[in-house]
Amino acid sequence: MSRFISKHGWTLGLLALFLSLLAFTRVIQPDFGASGLESLTRATLPFAFATAAMAVVVIAGGIDLSVASMMAVAGVTAAVLMEGVSGGASVAVVGLVLVLGLVMGAINGALIVVTRVPDIVVTLAMLFVWEGVALLILKAPGGAASPWLRSMIAGSLGIYWLPKAFVLLAVCLAIIWVPLRRSRLGLSIYAIGSDEHAAYRSGIAIGWTRIAAYAICGLFAAMGGLALTMSTGNGEPIPGPYLLASVAAVVLGGVVLGGGRGALLGPIIAVFILRLVRMDLTLLSVDPNITTIVEGTIMVVVVMLGAVLAYRGRRA
Amino acid sequence: MTEQDTQTPLLDAKGVSKRFGAVIALSDASLRINKGEIVALMGANGAGKSTFVKILTGALKNDSGQVLLRGINRKIGSPAKARRAGLVPVYQEPSLIPDLDVADNLRLGNTPVEPFRHWVDQLGIKDLRLVDMIGHLPLATLRILDLARALAMKPDILLLDEMTAALPTNLVKNVLRVVRQQANEGQSVIYISHRFAEIAEICDRASVLRDGATVGDLPISDGVEDKIVELMLGAALDVGPTRDAETTTQPGGTPRLAVKGLALGSKLEDVSLSLHPGEVLGVVALEGQGQDELFEVLAGMRRADKGTVAVDGVHVSFRHPANAIAAGLTFVPGDRAHGLLMQRSVHENIALPLLARPGKWGPIRMRAEAAKVKNAIERLQIDTRAQGEVQRLSGGNQQKVTIGRWIAKGVDTLLLFDPTRGIDVRTKRQIYLLVRELAAQGAAVLYYTSELAEVPAACDRAVVIFGGKVVDIIEAADANEPTLMRAAYGLPRQQTGAA
Amino acid sequence: MSTVNQTTSLKRLGRFLADNPIIPLIILLIILVGILEFMRPGIVNERWIGNTIKFAIPLAMLAACQTMTMLTGGIDLSAAVAATISAFVMATQVQLVGVPMAILLGLIPAILIGLVNGFGVAICRVHPLIMTLGTGLIGTGCLQVYQRFVIATGSVVPESLAWLGTGRTWGLPNALLLFLPFAALLIWGQRRTGFGRLLYALGSNETASKISGVRAWQVYLALYALSGLIAGVTGLLYVGLIKAPSLSLVNPLLLPSVAAAVIGGTSIFGGRGGYSGTVVGALILTVLGTLLTLLQMPEGARRILFGLIILAVTTIYIRLTNQR
Repeated sequence: MSRFISKHGWTLGLLALFLSLLAFTRVIQPDFGASGLESLTRATLPFAFATAAMAVVVIAGGIDLSVASMMAVAGVTAAVLMEGVSGGASVAVVGLVLVLGLVMGAINGALIVVTRVPDIVVTLAMLFVWEGVALLILKAPGGAASPWLRSMIAGSLGIYWLPKAFVLLAVCLAIIWVPLRRSRLGLSIYAIGSDEHAAYRSGIAIGWTRIAAYAICGLFAAMGGLALTMSTGNGEPIPGPYLLASVAAVVLGGVVLGGGRGALLGPIIAVFILRLVRMDLTLLSVDPNITTIVEGTIMVVVVMLGAVLAYRGRRA
Repeated sequence: MTEQDTQTPLLDAKGVSKRFGAVIALSDASLRINKGEIVALMGANGAGKSTFVKILTGALKNDSGQVLLRGINRKIGSPAKARRAGLVPVYQEPSLIPDLDVADNLRLGNTPVEPFRHWVDQLGIKDLRLVDMIGHLPLATLRILDLARALAMKPDILLLDEMTAALPTNLVKNVLRVVRQQANEGQSVIYISHRFAEIAEICDRASVLRDGATVGDLPISDGVEDKIVELMLGAALDVGPTRDAETTTQPGGTPRLAVKGLALGSKLEDVSLSLHPGEVLGVVALEGQGQDELFEVLAGMRRADKGTVAVDGVHVSFRHPANAIAAGLTFVPGDRAHGLLMQRSVHENIALPLLARPGKWGPIRMRAEAAKVKNAIERLQIDTRAQGEVQRLSGGNQQKVTIGRWIAKGVDTLLLFDPTRGIDVRTKRQIYLLVRELAAQGAAVLYYTSELAEVPAACDRAVVIFGGKVVDIIEAADANEPTLMRAAYGLPRQQTGAA
Repeated sequence: MSTVNQTTSLKRLGRFLADNPIIPLIILLIILVGILEFMRPGIVNERWIGNTIKFAIPLAMLAACQTMTMLTGGIDLSAAVAATISAFVMATQVQLVGVPMAILLGLIPAILIGLVNGFGVAICRVHPLIMTLGTGLIGTGCLQVYQRFVIATGSVVPESLAWLGTGRTWGLPNALLLFLPFAALLIWGQRRTGFGRLLYALGSNETASKISGVRAWQVYLALYALSGLIAGVTGLLYVGLIKAPSLSLVNPLLLPSVAAAVIGGTSIFGGRGGYSGTVVGALILTVLGTLLTLLQMPEGARRILFGLIILAVTTIYIRLTNQR
C-alpha cells in the first residue's frame, strides 16, 4: 500500500486537489450538482483529448506543437462530411476521421525520423500545414454534427451523477491506453523517452517506435477534434488554445518534459483541475478576459516550474 | 588444448579495421574465442578497444575484415541481431531503462523471469523486487541486473566491458565466481578489464590491442602482467627534445592551485594535489578514474561533494566557469566539440572569452581584438587557410584554437584535458613546446593525457589517479612508460633495474 | 569515385550557399518579380516597388525579432502580440497623454513581455517556443481587458506615425527613414558588438560559451527584452501603415516573420545567419504574397506553403551543412 502511494503520490495529490476544488465550487455555488459536473466535463473533453495526445509524445521524449491544428483538421472534416448525412454513414465518418488522425500523426513522426530535423521544428512547420489544411476544408465555422453524436456527450447517465461525456472520455482513453501501456510498443515508447541509447542497446527500433507514438498522438487529437465538433455542433477551422493548455496539463500531471515518466491519468486529472479553476473564476463572476489571463498565467507558471524541475533532474 | 584447435572457434574476427574520417581507430584487430574460454581483451587508452567491442556487438560496422560466428560470416547489423546470434554484451553503462521497473525491462528485452531471478540470487543481490524502478537502484545493482539479464539469455558468448568497475568487493567475488562457472559449463566470455588481479584469476588467455591492431595473444600464467604491459606500450613517441632536463622546477612557496580531498559522485573519491607557478603537472589515469570530474570541478562546471580548492592560498568555490576564469583557471576540454563554436570563424572562437562579461557587450574595438587574435594565431602557428568555419579545420588546428583562446585572454593556470588526442605528431610537438614556454613564463599547467609517452616530454611530474584516488606521484625523470603504465593500472612500482 | 566527387562538390556548393545565402536569395527575388511581370505585364513599376517596400518593412522588422532569437536557437512567437499591444495602447492613449508619452506607454508592455520571456527562457530554461507562445496568450488576454477600460476613449493614429507608415518622399516610402538606420545598426551590431557575437556563440555551442565564461542567462534576458522592444516599435510603424488599430493588428505577420528569417538563411538551430538575409527574405515573401493573391490562392494554401517552406529549408540546411 505504501508503495502504491509513493508510486502514485503525485496523481493522488492531484485527485485530492481536484476533489477539494469541487468542494470549494460547491461552497461558492451551492446548487452546483449534476448539471455543473456535466457542463464541466463537456467543456473539458477536447482539452482532455489534446492532453492525452500531447502526453503520449512527451512520454516518448518528444513534443507535438501541431496537436491543436490536427484537432482542427479532424473537427472540420467530421463537420463537413456529416452535414446532411444519415446516422449510419456518420459512423463511417467517425471511423474515417480517426484514421485521418492516425495518418496525420504518422506523417509528423515520419518527417521527424526521416528529415532528422528536431521534433519541435518539424511540428511547428506542421502546425502551419495542418492549420492550412483545415482552412482549405472549411473557410469559416460551418458543417454539422449528427444528432446521435451530440447526444453522446449531452446529459448524464440515468439517475447517477455520471456525465455521459466522462464515460465517453474514459472509454476512449481506456480502449487505447490500457492495452498499449503493458504492450511491448508501450514499453518501447517509455524506453525511448527515458534513455534512447539504452533503448537502442536493448534492441528497440527507435524510429518506428517514434512514428507509432506520433500516430497515437494524432489519433487522440482526432478524438479531440471530434469531441469539439460534437459539443459545438459545427466545425471550427481556427484551432483553439489547446497547445499550451495540453503542455501545461501534461507537466502538471507529472509527465516530465524530456520523456520516460508519467502516465495518462495524471494529466487528465490536471486538465480537469485547470478547467475547474476557470469555471470557479466564472462562478465568482470574474471578468472572462481576466479569467483568460489568470488561466494563461497558471499554465505558464506550471510550465516554468516543470522546466526548472526537468533541468535540475538532468543535471543531478 | 589440442582438442580445441581442431574445432571451429565460436567467434573468429580477423583483420577488422575501421576509420572515422581521417582517424584510423582500428587497423588490424583480431580475436578468436573457443567454446568455454574466457579471453581478456586488453589495450591502453585509445588502442581501439571500445571501437572493437562496438563492431563485435553490431553497434558499428567495420570497414574491412570479417567476423565469423561459428565459422559462418554473419552480418551483425545491430545489438538486437548480435543478441539473437548468441553474443550478449554487458556494456559499461547499464542498458536498462531508468524509468521502467525491473519487470518491464525484462519484458522489453524478452528476458525469461525465472532464470533472471536465479542469476540475481547467485550474484548476491538479495532484496530485489520486480516492481523496483531501475532509476532508483544504485549503480552497482544495475550492473549486476544487466549481467543477470544477459546470463538469463543463455548466451554462447558473453561480453563483459569493465564489469567490475563500479562494484564493491563482495559483488566482484560473486561476478568472478559466476563467470568462471559459466566457462566451466561451456560458455565463452570476452572479459574487458583494467584489473590484472581479476584477469589472472579467471581468464585463460589475453589478447592485446595497440594502436588499432592486435599485437599479441598470451596464455595467462605467472608474471604475464609484465609481458602484457610491454605489449601495450608502443614504440616510444619520438617527438625530439622539448626541454632541458635542468629546467625542471622544484616546487616551493604558495601553490597556484592546491586541491585537498576532492570527491564527486561515484568516480572521484579523494584527490589532493598542488600545482605551482612555472610547473606542468601531468595527470595520468586510465579512462573513467575520476579525472573528468576533477577537471570539471576545477573549471567551475560542477561542484564537488567534498574537499577544498585553493588558488594562491585562497579558498575558492566556483558556481560557474566565469568564477574559475576570474580566478585564473582556464579550461581546455577533451572533446573539441564541447569547446568550439564549430560554425564560427577562428577569429570569433579565439575572441570569445574577451567578450564574455556584460561590460564588453558594446562595440568591439576591432583593432585591439584583431591584434590579440593575431598574436595567438602566430604563437600557435594555426593554419588559417580554412578560418571561415572552425569545423573545416584539422583536429590539430582545432585544438590550437581552443588553446589560443586563452593565450589571447592571458594565461595564469591552464587546465588541459587530453589536448593531443587524435592529432598529428607535428602538432603534438608544437603543443608540448607551447606548454613548456607558458610554464617558463610563469603559468601553471595541469595536463591530463591519455598518452603516457607525453608525460616526460611535457610535464615536470605526474600524479597518477586510480579508482578516484591519487596512487603515485612520479617525477619526469622516472616517468618512463612502463612505470607510468604499471602505476596507472594500480600495480606497485617495479624494483629499479627491472624496467 | 565519381559519386564521391559529386557529393563533395555538392557539399562545397552547399557550404557556399550557407555562407552567402544572400546571393541565391536575390536571384530568387528577381525571378519572382520576373514571373509577376510576365503574368501581369506592366505591374512592376515605381509605384509597385514603393508599395512592396512599404509592406515589406514591418515584416522585416518583426522578422528581426525572429532572427536575433533564432541565432541563439530560440524563437519569439509573442512578437506579433507585443507589437499589437504596443500599437493599441499607443493609439488609445494619444488623446489622453499626447503623442510622445503615448508612444512611450505603448512600448512599455512590449518590453515587459520580452522580460517575462527572458525570465522564462534564461532562468527557468523553458523552451523559447513554449514560453513565448504562453506570454503571447497572456498578452492577448491583457489586451482584451485593457480594451474594456478604454472603450470610451476611442483610438487615434497620430499624424507623425501615419506619415512614417504610409507617406512617400520622392517616390520612396518614408518608413525607410526608420528602417535603414535600424537595419544598418542590426547588421553592424551582429558582428561588431560583443552582444551580437555572443548571440552567435550561444547558438553555436552553449557549452563552449559557458566554458569561455559567458553567463547565458544574462544574454537571453537582454535578448528577449530587446526583441520585445523591436516588436513594439514594429507595431507603432505598422499601425501607421494600416491606420486602424485592432486586437489582432500584427498577428497575420507572425508566421511570415518566422518564414522570412528561415528563408533568409538564419538557422533555426542557431549560430548561423544574419539580418541581411532576413531583409531579402521579407521582400521575397511580400512579392510571393502579391503573386499568390494574383493566383487567387486561398489563405489555407498559403499557410501550408509557409509551413512547407520552413520545413524544406530547414531540412536542406541540415543536409547541406551536415549539421547534427
